[in-house]
Amino acid sequence: MSALASDTRLWDLQPEFWAAAGETVVMASIALVLGGLLGLGLGLGLYLTRKGGLYANRPVFWILNVVVNCFRPIPFVIFIAALQPLARDVVGTGIGIKAATFGITVAAIFGISRIAEQNLVTVSPGVIEAARAMGASRARITLTVLVPEALGPLVLGFTFAFVAIVDMTAIAGVVAGGGLGSFAQRFGFRQFDYLLMWAAILVLVAMVMVIQVAGNLLARRILRR
Amino acid sequence: MVSTALVELREVVKEFPGAGRGKPAQRAVDGVDLRVERGEIFAIIGYSGAGKSTLVRLVNALEPVTSGSVVVDGVDVTTLSERALRELRQGIGMIFQQFNLMESRTVWGNLAFPLTVAGVSKAEQQKRISELLHFVGLADKAHARVTDLSGGQKQRVGIARALATNPRLLLADEATSALDPDTTRDVLDLLAKVNRELGITILLITHEMDAVRRIAHRVAVMESGKVVESGPVLDVFTAPEHPVTRRFVSTVVDDLPPEDVVAALRETHDGRFVRLAFRDRSVRQSEAFAAFLRHDVSFELVYGGIEEVQGNSFGNLTLALTGTDAAIDAALADLDGVVPWTEVAR
Repeated sequence: MSALASDTRLWDLQPEFWAAAGETVVMASIALVLGGLLGLGLGLGLYLTRKGGLYANRPVFWILNVVVNCFRPIPFVIFIAALQPLARDVVGTGIGIKAATFGITVAAIFGISRIAEQNLVTVSPGVIEAARAMGASRARITLTVLVPEALGPLVLGFTFAFVAIVDMTAIAGVVAGGGLGSFAQRFGFRQFDYLLMWAAILVLVAMVMVIQVAGNLLARRILRR
Repeated sequence: MVSTALVELREVVKEFPGAGRGKPAQRAVDGVDLRVERGEIFAIIGYSGAGKSTLVRLVNALEPVTSGSVVVDGVDVTTLSERALRELRQGIGMIFQQFNLMESRTVWGNLAFPLTVAGVSKAEQQKRISELLHFVGLADKAHARVTDLSGGQKQRVGIARALATNPRLLLADEATSALDPDTTRDVLDLLAKVNRELGITILLITHEMDAVRRIAHRVAVMESGKVVESGPVLDVFTAPEHPVTRRFVSTVVDDLPPEDVVAALRETHDGRFVRLAFRDRSVRQSEAFAAFLRHDVSFELVYGGIEEVQGNSFGNLTLALTGTDAAIDAALADLDGVVPWTEVAR
């Protein structure tokens, strides 16, 4: 144990360690916020255009459904590489933290869209019908009835999605994206520096736990309104 | 002649596509003609699947008709655009079996919603919501969470919400079906008050005959998408014609004793069982009883009772008559033209 501790470079690499932790925070936050919003949008698209929905539209639903189904199963380690050309067009570079964040966000949109759709389905159709009976427009119902009614479960869904997002940040190294995951791989796993690796894992677990607790608290507050 | 009806349905048909390809369409409403007059409480009663809940959704066009016309206040709603429909719906309140309140909002927030939709200013909303809460007796619950309310309180909020924009018509879709008997009574009383004090016409969908008896003026009975009988509530209660109507009436009125009851009565009573139907207020029960006494027929009340519908009472009394057959026949002959009677068993 003392040998293990004395061999570690954890203390020397502290600046790099915290920089990597910062990169993970940046990638995960941007992916959660952007992926959350756009994923909710896509989820709304799926929910509203399905049969019996407020904007029921078979072709549009079919297209959205197929797109989501095609992209979601692609393993992220391949997806992030395949997305490189698109990343160059959108964020101007195919490598580094920008490209990695772009890839994570796109994957998050597809993943979160399904979570959002599932949570929207739990809203009572009777409440939507009541709003229609009061003469509310479809847009008003969507924004002021549907989303608020589903907000509690949606927050829990986003919290759940955050774990998957942190998971994806660990693969950012594929496009030289940095972050704690790739730091743990490069300096920990590959150089047999297990203490360093476990330190990185500990910080990742702490991040997920903080978000989990915050998400639960927020959802409870929303549900208790 | 100008129609005075607030709602008029003519040959209305509503079909839903069959489940699966090539399956025949389901006809939920099958050629219904109906008139709801201004200021009345019109009930539509039927068993589940009779088409009554579909029918009520055709009135505010939540569902489009397949054919026929639905005229509300002189306007054929089947021809309206989505925008025009939204305006129409602001003038028609609707309440539901499951209340359908927004749990993400407080009581206040739920009442504010229809007012915001109608473009009412915040200051006006404030005033109107206080009025509504007082009217339904929930002034102390303004800021309560919907999930903390009892079923009866939720339906009161539902009613207040439906009244927010001063509608001419209130559609009540099984509004008391999820409530216990006491709460049902309170909510029915509140609906009667809405009709009486605010002059709002109510179209009441129900499967409970007691609700019809308590507050409706006229009733239509639906079965398999069709109206099989309709008329003033007292007429339907005292002289139900269609078998479905009879079954509904028998849920609240002991009309003729059912066979098992007759068999049980036979164990303890001799003689002939005759049911007398007192409908006309001018006929006194004593007249009938006098006829039996005249012919030396003794009688005992074994089944039935006096019912009350909107201030009118009527009786269905089954008597066990003992005496000679000739005497009983003579007594019954005296009743002809005075009280309708039916021999139940002999």
